[in-house]
Amino acid sequence: MSSDSPAAVVPHHPALRHHFADMEQQKNAASLGMWLFLVTEIMFFGGMFCAYLVYRFYHFNDFAAASQSLDIRLGAINTAVLIGSSLTVVLAVSAAQAGSRKQLVGYLLATILLGCTFLGVKAVEYSEKFENHHVPGPSFHFERQRMTGHPEQPPVDPQHAELFFSLYFAMTGMHALHMIIGVGLFSGLTFLAWKGHYTPEYYTPIENAGLYWHFVDIVWIFLFPLLYLISRHG
Amino acid sequence: MSEHTVSRKFYVAIFFILLLLTGVTVGAAFINLGPLNPIVALSIATIKALLVTLFFMHVKYTSEKMTKVVIVAGVFWLLLLLSLAMADYATRLWS
Repeated sequence: MSSDSPAAVVPHHPALRHHFADMEQQKNAASLGMWLFLVTEIMFFGGMFCAYLVYRFYHFNDFAAASQSLDIRLGAINTAVLIGSSLTVVLAVSAAQAGSRKQLVGYLLATILLGCTFLGVKAVEYSEKFENHHVPGPSFHFERQRMTGHPEQPPVDPQHAELFFSLYFAMTGMHALHMIIGVGLFSGLTFLAWKGHYTPEYYTPIENAGLYWHFVDIVWIFLFPLLYLISRHG
Repeated sequence: MSEHTVSRKFYVAIFFILLLLTGVTVGAAFINLGPLNPIVALSIATIKALLVTLFFMHVKYTSEKMTKVVIVAGVFWLLLLLSLAMADYATRLWS
């Protein structure tokens, strides 16, 4: 390429790919692509939400009894932890916009820490399920009790309670897998941010990873009431 | 770049509103509202999801209209799935 060609004369950002006109167009395209991916994620989780709603409608009392064995306290703590991590993500994006490398790394580390806290609380909940034989499978056991305060209703069918726990593990398990992927993603981003890869002109990976993290937060915002809350007073 | 910068105090305020709504929804779960319990819980969840989408995911500030079209299409698809599936299963027990 000769030195007087337009590409050599007009300086452009090293992160700008040649098929984009400018950084803003590249950023908008990346953001749109991320949103398209998130729509496929809506479809993915939507199928499980639909299955849950249909079976809850069919086996309402059994689902209510099984749901009441979940620990609302731990669920609420995890909701707060995830909302907190969404805040640190949005502050990380804002630090990247301001070009503050130290703050960016700090907020990313805080996000990883909160993500691991969520997974730790989830592990405590899962181990409690194993101890109580609430994990679907050969050793599954659920008391054939009557719902407290509803002597007129038939006792809980353990098979239908097992269905609840299958859906519980499928949905929270898939959500936890997304969290693990997110923590891995943010670990890589923290390393690159620490090396100074991101500038106020180019921080698209931070922003898109943030979109992913917020989406996972939103999934939990709906999982929490559906699994833990709405059957307390059936 | 037409970057809309939001003050960090605003993000912290949204965070506290989200925490408050979490507290409200947990509290409401322990009050017997009959058939209203799930409606209240899911309404609060929808408000929380809206706050996260609009302010944390910056949808309110984006200049890219296609992004909004994609989101609306995604949510519309989800509502189609849920409403038609429930309309089917809910009416099977009538006969």
